[in-house]
Amino acid sequence: MAAREVVITLRGIRNQFGPQVVHEDLELDVYKGEVLGVVGGSGTGKSVLLRTICGLRRPQAGSIGIFGIDALAADEATRTAIDRRMGVMFQDGALFSSLTVRENVEVPLRNVPGLPAEIRRELADLKISMSGLPWLAGDKYPSELSGGMRKRAGLARALALDPEIVFLDEPTAGLDPIGATEFDRLIRQLSESLGLTVFLVTHDLDTLHATCDRIAVLAERRVLVTGTMQEMLAVDHPWVHDYFHGPRARAAIEAKERSD
Amino acid sequence: MPLGLCGGCGPGRIGPAACRGAGCAGNGARVNESGDIAIGTELEETAAGRILRLSGALTLPGIAALEAALGRVPADDDIRLDLAGVSAMDTAGAWAIARLEARLHAAGHGVEVIGADAPRAALMQTVARAMPVLPDDAPGRPGLADRLERLGRATVGAVRFLMELVAFLGLFLSRLVWHIRHPREFRLTALVHHCQDVGLRAVPIVSLMAFLIGVVLAFQGSAQLRQFGAEVFVVDLIAISILRELGILLTAIIVAGRTASSYTAAIGSMKMREEIDAMRTLGIDPAVALFVPRILALLLMLPVLGLIANIAGLVGGAIMSWLELGISPAMFRTRLLEGIDVKHAFVGLVKAPVFAVIIGVVGCHAGMKVEGNAESLGRMTSNAVVTAIFAVIVADALFSVFFAQVGI
Repeated sequence: MAAREVVITLRGIRNQFGPQVVHEDLELDVYKGEVLGVVGGSGTGKSVLLRTICGLRRPQAGSIGIFGIDALAADEATRTAIDRRMGVMFQDGALFSSLTVRENVEVPLRNVPGLPAEIRRELADLKISMSGLPWLAGDKYPSELSGGMRKRAGLARALALDPEIVFLDEPTAGLDPIGATEFDRLIRQLSESLGLTVFLVTHDLDTLHATCDRIAVLAERRVLVTGTMQEMLAVDHPWVHDYFHGPRARAAIEAKERSD
Repeated sequence: MPLGLCGGCGPGRIGPAACRGAGCAGNGARVNESGDIAIGTELEETAAGRILRLSGALTLPGIAALEAALGRVPADDDIRLDLAGVSAMDTAGAWAIARLEARLHAAGHGVEVIGADAPRAALMQTVARAMPVLPDDAPGRPGLADRLERLGRATVGAVRFLMELVAFLGLFLSRLVWHIRHPREFRLTALVHHCQDVGLRAVPIVSLMAFLIGVVLAFQGSAQLRQFGAEVFVVDLIAISILRELGILLTAIIVAGRTASSYTAAIGSMKMREEIDAMRTLGIDPAVALFVPRILALLLMLPVLGLIANIAGLVGGAIMSWLELGISPAMFRTRLLEGIDVKHAFVGLVKAPVFAVIIGVVGCHAGMKVEGNAESLGRMTSNAVVTAIFAVIVADALFSVFFAQVGI
């Protein structure tokens, strides 16, 4: 474990909205190639943490190291270079509504110098197909897609530039159980075959079981514990205990055991 | 005899010697301007078959060169693809290789990949599995039949839209009549609220607009009429054009822009968030709760606004006539009362209720057409304004023809 390469380092992060402190002295390491699941109760700032790492929000204090670069001190060009190596899938896909799915995926590819339009188009189709969308979905507009398809299209856009880290915000929220299971499988499969590091914010215990190598629990304004699912079950903090030993958690464990 | 296709220094150079002569370090191990290792493709004919050696970074920045180089590989024999010299590969590189494989497979030959480590093999497998299959029936250019079909659909759509508007008008009228029998159901508070919104808040903009129109008419009219020494007729010009046409028409256009859009936005956002459906399940008729107070408020307020516009326009005209032509306000008044029949004011104001119903029905109907996304809300709001203004002008033209025919 000690030899693993760290790609994201958070130290002493403080996020504050007016008098309300969301994160205080938060520390977290994300290792290369792992799928890290971030859980926490409502209002513990899971999405705020994701936005902080992606550079959409500047923390009041602390330091963020991404690929060994101090992201908060970086100038604009360096920050853009970091952003190119990361992909974000927002909760509802956040697709540009005036563009088709294919054009959405092509948006990040347009920034690649010297890429002919024909190849750009085919690469976009490849990403759409890799995200598990049918071939014809590329010509559709986001409003014509179901929620699950929008999420897949958002994932395709996030993967367009072959990022090293992918951030997923509630990837299975609002999906039916079958769609959610398929999405879990897709994340796992893509992270293995593309060597992705995945930072995943979720509420879904099934997703945690099925996809995550490691889990980080946000509580009391910091990362309370990190570890594997087995290690989580042994933590005796009341919230963590309730979370991983509740009736839903038990059902998820049973489902996992059945599928194994 | 080795045959080299060097991606680093472009097509047309056969053999490594030619490559080196052109400044290319052998099998593509050359650093290009962006600092990456340039892509090398080297084709070698051996006794055991044809071997294609790839080297360098098979990644997105160099994908165009790689794709072009692989496209030149002849598809007339099996190929062994040696990836041992590849420094980096992403999905774009894997895609180009998958394309080569597909092309050779189509020609009846196979590709055997050697020298790929486990992650790269997994990547190539994932990409190969996801390779989109091109459908055979790609849509061609639209022919005459397609164009005719589109024209037909547009025509039917327009007729259907008109019918919907008429149905909506009928719904409004039937609910209005229903209110006569159920006066206790009437939403007076909503009506007053909308009257304030539609009427009172529009007074400043409407009166300023009409005042300026009066000023412009007096100014332009005086410049023309002075040539004939008929300056005093500027009073008739201002009064008739404002009272009969401009006062009410421009008021209706401003109200269409202001109110039709706000009706569409308000009802549309309720529709978007399923509030209208919730109302229906709670036994509330959206027509009673939403449409009747809104359209009725317009019906009551537009004539008032039109009257205010008429007055403001005449005041503006009188002031400009005074300044420009020296027609004193008293003289303007005398000329106005003697020369202009009161019927002109009626002819103008009688159009107001019709315009009001048009604006209200178009605005509410567009709101009900909003679907579940914000984009359609924006589209329907701008549609409502355009349709309302257009319909008001068409109605005004019909009124003009009608009044001319009956001789008023």
